[in-house]
This record gives sequence, structure tokens and C-alpha cells, in this order.
Amino acid sequence: MRYAPPIALLLALTTAAAVWANPHERQLANGLRVIVKEDRRAPTVAHMVWYRAGSMDETSGRTGVAHVLEHMMFKGTPTAGPGEFNRRVAAAGGRDNAFTSRDYTAYFQQVPKQKLPEMMQLEADRMRHLSLDEKEFAQEIRVVMEERRLRTEDQPQALLYEKLNAVAFQVHPYRVPIIGWMTDLQSMTVSDARAWYDDWYAPNNAYLVVVGDVDHQDVFRLAEQYYGVLPARTLPVRKPQDEPPQAGIRRLTVKAPADLPVLMMAFKVPVIRHVEQDVDPYALEMLAAVLAGHDAARLNRHLVREQRLAVSAGASYDSTSRGPGIFHLHGAPSAGRSRGELETALRAEVARVQEEGVSAEELARAKAQLIASQIYKLDSIFAQAMEIGQLESAGIPHTMNRRLIDKLQEVSREQVQAVARKYFGDEALTVAELDPQPLPPNPRPRSPFVPRH
Amino acid sequence: MTPRQLLLACCLLLCAQLAHAGPKIERWQTTAGTRVLFVEDHSLPIIDLQLDFAAGTAREPVGREGVAGLTRALIDLGANGMDETEIASRLADLGARLSGGVDLDRTSLTLRTLSMADKRAPAFELLRAIIAGPTFPVAAFEREKARSLAALREALTRPDVIASKAFWAAMYPQHPYGRQATPESLTALLRDDVLAFHAAHYGARSATLAIVGDLSRAEAEALAERLSSGLPAAAVVAGLPQPQLPAGGEERIAHPAVQSHLLIGMPALKRGDPDFFPLAVGNYSLGGGGFVSRLVKEVRDKRGLAYSVHSYFLPLQQLGPFQIGLQTRKGQAAEALQLTRAVLTEFLERGPSETELLAAKQNLVGSFPLRLDSNRKILENVAMIAFYDLPLDYLDRYPENVERVTAAEIQAAFARRLQAAHLVTVVVAGD
Repeated sequence: MRYAPPIALLLALTTAAAVWANPHERQLANGLRVIVKEDRRAPTVAHMVWYRAGSMDETSGRTGVAHVLEHMMFKGTPTAGPGEFNRRVAAAGGRDNAFTSRDYTAYFQQVPKQKLPEMMQLEADRMRHLSLDEKEFAQEIRVVMEERRLRTEDQPQALLYEKLNAVAFQVHPYRVPIIGWMTDLQSMTVSDARAWYDDWYAPNNAYLVVVGDVDHQDVFRLAEQYYGVLPARTLPVRKPQDEPPQAGIRRLTVKAPADLPVLMMAFKVPVIRHVEQDVDPYALEMLAAVLAGHDAARLNRHLVREQRLAVSAGASYDSTSRGPGIFHLHGAPSAGRSRGELETALRAEVARVQEEGVSAEELARAKAQLIASQIYKLDSIFAQAMEIGQLESAGIPHTMNRRLIDKLQEVSREQVQAVARKYFGDEALTVAELDPQPLPPNPRPRSPFVPRH
Repeated sequence: MTPRQLLLACCLLLCAQLAHAGPKIERWQTTAGTRVLFVEDHSLPIIDLQLDFAAGTAREPVGREGVAGLTRALIDLGANGMDETEIASRLADLGARLSGGVDLDRTSLTLRTLSMADKRAPAFELLRAIIAGPTFPVAAFEREKARSLAALREALTRPDVIASKAFWAAMYPQHPYGRQATPESLTALLRDDVLAFHAAHYGARSATLAIVGDLSRAEAEALAERLSSGLPAAAVVAGLPQPQLPAGGEERIAHPAVQSHLLIGMPALKRGDPDFFPLAVGNYSLGGGGFVSRLVKEVRDKRGLAYSVHSYFLPLQQLGPFQIGLQTRKGQAAEALQLTRAVLTEFLERGPSETELLAAKQNLVGSFPLRLDSNRKILENVAMIAFYDLPLDYLDRYPENVERVTAAEIQAAFARRLQAAHLVTVVVAGD
């Protein structure tokens, strides 16, 4: 089948010559990189600060500190007290939040464009002048423990994922959950948060991403004004903590109150380290798309629809990250079918690709979806800012984004088959199973409805 | 007025002047009787559209709960000589995305496609085939029913789902909003139930169509005619009954979770009600405004009792709920519940302070451009205006309607809508 050459399609979007330079980038003398993408469709702007410090930079006994510090960043500086940051963003008609990942911690505000200078002033202030008050910490660490209970302890599938990583990785810090182990949260002190902040919150360990209805020269000037005054600092040495090769299958089971059994298979695979030379990560992305990119992709079509062996089945892979890569196959067996049967079926799907490869039609379909999703992304200022920030966090310059798309478009059927043969043996596989436990019987599980006045 | 208040008021005026009006919305009706709202925007080569039917869960016959969701799940699994694989493959080839779902009032089909002629024309024809001639294949029906059942059984082990289901049942004991799918009702469903639900609720005259993006008015008109002419000629779906307010009370459900889940609320507000603005502005200060709301300050910031605590009004075709929700470690649920009730009582008695009111208006008016800064967001708003038949200038007048609200109006509106005698509380996995 025919499909439009991808680059021509993307170029059709960028007719004005000026767009060629977009996004724009400048580095301040203190090391802070400023990346600006002009998008004037609406009078709003997304302002993000990304720190190259995530849970993978934590040490044993202090897991979760990256995320705790993210919470503490809203607890005030000498010039903007506790709660003042949120109050001023809200008063500016803005929305703000932050997220901590394994690779980075990022803070963002979405505001009407005229409010950008105020947001930069607030962000720059807390880049160096965070108060880290002991009483505020004592309250906030309780909030974080509630967050862990909500998102992990009472979520069987999140527990399963957490334990899977803890088994698949034994050396690399990807073994640790982003939110941290509960025992570490319980013993964490404000000085742990202070040490983390002093180590990593510096302009030379950060980059700014601004997307929206702005002029890039204006943004560079504002960045110089607000962030330029902050001094660069010496950063700690990052130890590689490389995961040694796995030499044999690992299996684990998690029991939790649930009804649906779940199976997750984690294969160790490479991620992009050299945009131009690498081949396999792009082929793995295409393999994931052929297996699970749409409703008629192989896993859903074969396992859920035709064999009715699973109520859900999927594959996922992210080719960009600071740490090592994992290709996941996962699913939930249908009533009366076992996790073992599902595992056999997932393995059979991989074996089919190993033996027969994928069709030209399937690959073309995956590429058509990829191009469409690139265009759809332009509808969201936030999504565009996220894309820039995430690429940079994995050490890939945002200017390489078009090259990544090219490389994905160049993937051949033979390359997809080759990665299926190369990475899906048992040697580097970890299999995690959720063994659902019935809710404990309760003689009177529900109180009668009691009128209350 | 203190100097600080004067300054805030000036800021507010400035915000109002800077705030942009909503998008230009055009409206018409197709020959088949479908109401259409259209926003033309050529800045990106994308077209988004949403078809809404009065086919929410509130329309499910008694004993057939779950049929709305199953009908929606099956609608694109066979049509016009195509099987599910062919439909999904064609959509993927075009880079088009079909999504949507079912809530209490609505069933939605949302299509996003590239606007190039060789992409959009086949995408539109696929959608037309799906809505004009769904075949609801027997095998797909059996499979999707089994999958829905598995998903429901899993959901019924989750404390948040158990809490939510008990909460809705207690708020709407005699009303369709309170009825929900059970394993028994899903098991009992027949393919004929799906066919009957589809025939009665997917008709052209009860449908609304919102279109946003890269096409002309003439092209949009042709598209709307083409789509709506394929829909079943069902009778107009009748209105929903008015819910009676429940007797207030408290329900406790045991669960092994480490956190207690708390919900408090009652039926309170419907779409198009003039109390919407005082309630929305007031709720910002109570529990809608995130980190600057009273509930977050008291429950989370001051005492560290919860990660998430919120309140909102969910306006529906008929009275939708006001709801406060939070989760807290087992053992401190009583403390959190007492505190939450105290915050609500205090707010009902005195309303927001002048400072809070100004802050609420500043944010709601100032953030207005953020509600409309993508085609996707514009589509959501326009589809809502179409389905609930709100005035075409709803978005244009949103900022001034917020500005106009007074503290006295907020207090009066809250008093009209929320009474202790009708408040329902549900605690799952309590102390």
C-alpha cells in the first residue's frame, strides 16, 4: 500500500521559513539551557523546568527522596511562604503541577501568556532558595505516605509492577519504585530532603522548556533576568550502576485482594544511545506497534478476539530513557484460562515473528499511525513541551526529534524479525504473576444504611 | 475597599479585558433532525468530531444494567460487510482514531482524523458505516459480554469502586442514576437487548454532532448530512424523571485496604441551571480549586491526612451530585470525616470570604483561555453545549457570568442545594 512520505507530510505543516529554526535554544552562562518553541495558536504558554535528578539518582535508605523533594518545592521560600506558589499560579489563571520519574523531576505551569514572567520569577526563586522547614516536612511526609497507600499499596497491579522491577533489576537503581519504599519514607528527615536539594537543584543540572504564544528572544531575555543570576554548582559524581547481564529466567508471584489474574513479562532490551547508529531500538518500537498498536494488532486480535484466551493483552516499550530498557508483554487471562496458558500464547506470538516475520502491510500501518500521532501532538502545547523535555531527559537532543521519526520510518521487516530473534529468549526474562486473593469473608460486610442528623 | 482589595479588583478587570471570547460556533440541523455545532479552524490539518446520543446508563431498562456500555463496545465490531479486524485495520491505516464511551447521560463516538482528502473521506465513510449498519456479531457479543463481566468483577474488589457504587445507590435510591451494572444484570443480557437499546437510543433526532477543525462550513454540512442520514429513525428519546432527594445517612463497608475511602454528597445540580455559576465559583474555594481550596488546606496541608481531597458539582441532564471525596490511612478515617464535615458546615454557614471570592474569580476567569487552547478542548466544550442544548454564547459569556457572582449568591445557592438532612456518606475500609 502507499502512504505519503512522512517528511513531506510534516513539512506541509511548516510552510513559513521562520519555522525552520523553531524550537530555539540558548544556554545561559550558569549552564541553564533554555529551549523555546513558538506556537501561536492560542494565547497561552507552558513553562517547564526539568532537573536531571530522578529516583535513579537516589541511594539506599533514602529511596523516594526525589519525589518527597518535589512535594517540598511547594512549601515556600523566604520571599514566597508556604502555599504562596500555588496561590500565585492560581491567581494568574494558571494550572501547575510537577512530576518525578526515574530519570528526572519536572515542574510546570500552564498560564495565559502575559503571566510567563511571573512564573519564571517563582520557579527561579525556588531553584535556589527553598526553605525546607521541619514542620512543613513533618506534615508533607505523611501526605506522601498516603500517596503511596493510594497508588501502590492498595493497587494490586501497581504492586505487581513494583515487585517486577525489584526482581528484574538487581544492581541498577531502576529496581526501586519512584515513590520509595515505605520504610524509607518512615525514616526520612528534612535533612535528607535538604541534601538532595543541595546536590541536584542547580541551573547547570536543569533545562527550561517554554512552548506557546511567545517570542523566543523575549523568553531568552526573561530567562537571563530571572535564572541568569543563579550560580552554577558542582554536581555529585553519578556512578554508572550498570545492570550486569541476566543469566536465566526469574519468576515472582504477588498475592493481593483482586479478582483478575495478571501476567507481566519483562525482557531486557536496549534503548537509544546513538540516534544515528542505533537500529534495534527503532525496530523494537515497530515490533511493539505491530503487536499492540491498535485494536486489530496481533495480541488483541489473536489472544483476545480470536482465541478468547485473554480479556486483555498488550505490549509496551519506551526507546528513550537514561537507564536500561525493558520490553513488556502483559495480559489478563479469561475466566477459566490460566496465567500459564496466557504466557504460552504470548511466547507463541513472539515465536511467530521470529519465524515468519511481520508483513509489509503491518509495518506500513504502524508507520502511518506514527506519522498521524506526530501531527496530532501539535494540537497540544503541553504535549509538545513534554516531548522536548522527555527527549532531553534521556540525553537525546530535542533537535534530533525529526531524525528519530526518520529512523522509525526506515525500519525494515527484516530488522523487526531480527530484534524478535535477538532479545526474546529466557536468559534476560523476568515473569511476574498476580495471584488474586478473594476479599476476606466478613459476617456483616455492610452496615445497614443509618440515617444521620 | 482596602487598597489590597482595590488592587485585586483592578487585576480582575484587566483579566476580564484580556480574556478571549470563545470560538465562533455555527449551528444548524440536518434533514434527519440531528443538531450540529461547528467550529472552523484551519491552523492544523486535523478534524475532530463527536457524535453524542441520549444513550447513557440512565436509559438502561431495569434489570438490563450494563447494556449501554456493551452496545457502545460492540458498535464498531462489525458493519456493512466489514468485520472488526477490517474496521480497526482501516482506521489504523488512515491514522484515524475512534474513541468515546458511556456516562450517565450520553454515549459518545469521537473521531479524530487528518484532514487531507485521501485520509478524511475514507475515515468519514468508515464512521458512517459503523453508525448506519452495525451488525453486532453474535461471537463478538458473547466475548465482549464476558470481558465486561471480568472487568466488573475485578472492579468490585476495588475499594474506590465499591465506595462509588454504594454512594450513587444511596444518593439515587429510586432513580436511574442510582442503578448500576451488576454481575447478575450483565450475565442476563441477550444480544436482543443490545439490538433494542441501539434501535431506541441511537436515532438521528436525539443525536448531536460537534465538528471542529480543518474543513469549510459547506464541507461540514455535507458531512453532517451524510452521517445523520444513516442513523436509525428512532423516536425522540424522552426526558429523564426528576430524582427525589434521599434521606441522609451513613453507610460503612468493610474492606482489607490499608486506606479508608470516604464520600459525602447529594443530588444537587443540573445542566443549564442558573445556580451553576454561584456553585462553581463557591466550590472553587471549598474544594475545587486544588491547592488553594479549604479542604486541601485543612485536610492535606495542615494535618497530612490525605494525598487527594476534592469537592465538585457534576451537573447532568437531571440533578447531578455534589461530592466530596478523600482517602486516608485506616485508623484516622473518623478524624478526617469529622474535619471534612466541619469544613463543609462552616462553608455552608458563612460562604467564602471576600478574599477567597476574588481568588476564585481571578483563577476561573484568568484560566479561561486554557480551557480552549486546543481543538480537542474546543470539541469537548462544543459537544457539551450541543448535547445539553446550552446557549451558543455559553463560552463567550462564561467569564462575565463568573465575574457577576456575589458571596451572598454563593451562600444562598449552597443553602438551596445542600442540606444536612439529605447528605449521604459512604465509608469503605473504615477504622
